[in-house]
Amino acid sequence: MISRLGKLLPDKLARLAGLGVLAFIVMAAFAPLIAPQDPAATDLFRRLQPPAWLDEGDWAFPLGCDALGRDILSRIIFGARVSIFIGVVVVLLATVIGVMAGLAAGYLRGATDRLISGLVDVLLGFPYLIFAVGLMAMMGPGVLNMVLALAYKEWVVPCRLVRGETLAARETEYVEAARAMGASSLSIMVGEILPNILSPVIVVGTVRIAQVIILEASLSFLGLGVQPPTASWGSMVADGRAFILDAWWVSTFPGLAILLLVLCINVASQAVRDALDPRFHD
Amino acid sequence: MTEPLLAINDLRVAFATPHGLVRAVDGVSLDVRPGECLGVVGESGSGKSVTFAAVMGLIRPPGRIESGSIRFDGRELVGLDRVDYRSLRGRDIAMTLQDALTSLNPALTVGTQITEVLLAHAEDLPSGRHARHREARARAIEMMHLVGIPAAEHRLGDYPHQFSGGMRQRMMIAIALSCRPRLLIADEPTTALDVTIQAQVLELIAGIRATLGMSVALITHDLGVVAEYCDRVAVLYAGQIVESGPTASVIGAPRHPYTAGLLASVPMLSNLDRRIRPIDGQVPGLVDLPPGCRFLPRCPHAAPVCVSTIAMRALEHDRAVRCVR
Amino acid sequence: MTPVLLLQRVGHLVPVLLGVTVIVFLMMSLTPGDPAEIMLANQNATPAQVAMLRHDMGLDRPLMERFVSFVGHALQGDFGQSLFHRRPVATVIMERLPATIELSVAAMAFALLVSIPLGVMAAVYRGGVLDRLATVGALLGVSLPGFWFGILMLIGFAVNLRWLPVSGAIDFAAQPPGITGLMVVDSMLALRGDSLMNALAHLVLPAITLGLPMAAILMRVTRASMLEVLRQDYITFAEAKGLGRGRIIALHALKNGLLPTVTVAAMETGSLLGGNMVVETVFGWPGLGRLVVESIFVRNYPLVQAAVLLYAVTYVVVNFLADLLYTVLNPRVRM
Repeated sequence: MISRLGKLLPDKLARLAGLGVLAFIVMAAFAPLIAPQDPAATDLFRRLQPPAWLDEGDWAFPLGCDALGRDILSRIIFGARVSIFIGVVVVLLATVIGVMAGLAAGYLRGATDRLISGLVDVLLGFPYLIFAVGLMAMMGPGVLNMVLALAYKEWVVPCRLVRGETLAARETEYVEAARAMGASSLSIMVGEILPNILSPVIVVGTVRIAQVIILEASLSFLGLGVQPPTASWGSMVADGRAFILDAWWVSTFPGLAILLLVLCINVASQAVRDALDPRFHD
Repeated sequence: MTEPLLAINDLRVAFATPHGLVRAVDGVSLDVRPGECLGVVGESGSGKSVTFAAVMGLIRPPGRIESGSIRFDGRELVGLDRVDYRSLRGRDIAMTLQDALTSLNPALTVGTQITEVLLAHAEDLPSGRHARHREARARAIEMMHLVGIPAAEHRLGDYPHQFSGGMRQRMMIAIALSCRPRLLIADEPTTALDVTIQAQVLELIAGIRATLGMSVALITHDLGVVAEYCDRVAVLYAGQIVESGPTASVIGAPRHPYTAGLLASVPMLSNLDRRIRPIDGQVPGLVDLPPGCRFLPRCPHAAPVCVSTIAMRALEHDRAVRCVR
Repeated sequence: MTPVLLLQRVGHLVPVLLGVTVIVFLMMSLTPGDPAEIMLANQNATPAQVAMLRHDMGLDRPLMERFVSFVGHALQGDFGQSLFHRRPVATVIMERLPATIELSVAAMAFALLVSIPLGVMAAVYRGGVLDRLATVGALLGVSLPGFWFGILMLIGFAVNLRWLPVSGAIDFAAQPPGITGLMVVDSMLALRGDSLMNALAHLVLPAITLGLPMAAILMRVTRASMLEVLRQDYITFAEAKGLGRGRIIALHALKNGLLPTVTVAAMETGSLLGGNMVVETVFGWPGLGRLVVESIFVRNYPLVQAAVLLYAVTYVVVNFLADLLYTVLNPRVRM
């Protein structure tokens, strides 16, 4: 276990990415302490003020201001809360549901499997963003609705993984042994199989957080996600779209934040994958 | 004595690995003479396949030919440029691999896989695309008949998975022989096959060797196969040749303890009365080998002198051995 | 592939399509509140008008009956009236569909043309400069939010450099006579070079933006699968046959190495279809994706419902076709 953890972050890049993820989490957790300005405070005199290093810039508003004169850096710092919250909550929720459904389908098989796998096949028939947009259109915008809209489809990912692994684990000796000793289905699923298939679930979960963050940003960009005045990176990029002719910074910096966070998660999760699951190696 | 068709001299091939340089072939010298069948015997890891991969010019990084010479029909192959090598492979020297199932491309018809060799090499095909292909097809069918594939003209459009194991092996041999090479390197031609088909394939190779007058290097771990089909034999151990000579003479009276051990571990007519016993111990790892005899740790006749460098020593009757006894 | 097997595959398709339809139907039917009231909320509708809309939409009938009638009408291409446009939903969608098809096909072509050669070269020259660049590029490609990347390209190439147009599918003056609705095709049919150049110029940025994540993923898949194929025995045997390197890579390796690419390309069509909405919004592309987004804000539910169903059915069918293509390409499963 120690040597496994030692290999967890094998090279400098992965370490850097891990630190980056940590920095974003700290930023989100302590946003009110870190942000230089009130993210919702409007000031029409500072409308579309450029970043500090340009003419007319002001170091109190390092990355400039948006069309309502709000400080872009502060809004990015607060926006991290939305992205990380939704990314983590959706994946957690989906993992819990998906693991339960996958275990049940793979272990019980029969009608249970047909029902769950059928539902999975149908959900896989929808392009992800289309499905989420369809749901958001009906449920209306908001953080909670967005979590639901994404989780309704996201659980399919861990479910398929867990089902496959469970089908394989079901035939192994340790499961046979437990069955022979009279263990109940539930205790075999949770006590014997689950611990043995947890690694790939965690690996996939970390990668999925990055994808969910992009989806959340896309929904918010389309105006279907988090509603104003709450700062969300996706909607900030959308706000800046009207000003690309004369205020490039309004869209650019929030998008850069998304890219950086997602990049850090992707790089770090690759390292987690290499450490936890030797099967993924070249 | 006639000039050998293939002459390997003091060949060294090494692979860079995380654990150090592995010298898989360490000073191998051997000849294949015109028309003969040479058996090359050794356990896996003895360097027998790597030696002939070097002959084919198929050593890829991290592997490297360190030194030595490989002469085919008097022409040096080590350092030969890529284009010249390509025109040699498949035309003058052909090779079959162990498992026909994995060696034939599953996504291409066998017709494509055999005619492409002819189209790549045969210089006497008629000009004109259509005529070339028709002639290549005719020769492919001829070769498939020669290796005993029934209804060959109807099977050109089939994929490898539609053939039985034995037919697949025949198909691979037909592809290798399609340009009537002068040397066939058959790498473990029978390992992947059932016992009954093994004999058929070996008989086939022997028969075609006579028909086409080619030389064969038969790479195998099975001395029984060598005894039956080869004129001469070279025994490899841990990257070195330990014994060589005419088959009957080597098998009748092995001079190296490893050869003797191999013989004792194989059921053959000559030892049916004795008990079969495997050689104790394992093939040494090939990193940082000490000088001296490589068989020393497993040798029943180990002596103090065996820790010094042991050279190949010529004996009477075309034989040689790497042992002081 | 035998007709029986084909029928079997089609047989698997039917329950999925039915399931997709049920979910699309439920999406709207289980909306909290009364869709009719929500749809007319901003229009000062009288209770009588609301009741009439309820009746028109069939909301006063039982769920099951409504579903049967929904499916029945959908099969005839009838998705009801688009209240906002005061025309049938199907007509409105058909008007916007060509632009979306054009954009999606261009994005797919871009993704395939970039990813396959790059993935193959990266595998053949594993560990080389190109391999490293491609690997970094692929990581960036899957990490980029498409809408933001599109805006950056707009700022760079359209606003600052002025090389390419900012929005739309074609300039009004260059518009060719409409035949297929695909601007590139119509320009060629009308033999108008200026229209063709204009349409292509409009297409470049949206197609790259939409195709980039797909290109990144397909590059990775192609590279990994080619690496696997290149160490197979049949490649060694092909080399031993004295074949040229080009033939070995382009025929022997690629024919096997592209199989996973086909499957993943079909799966990634999903992100391409979803990406439509985002990219069309960024580039003001007159397609279905933007229509869906606009319709949500005016609560044009029947149109959203029909479009979501159309996207899902397209996606399912694309994957089905890819499955068939896989069978054709892979003789081992073709019996």
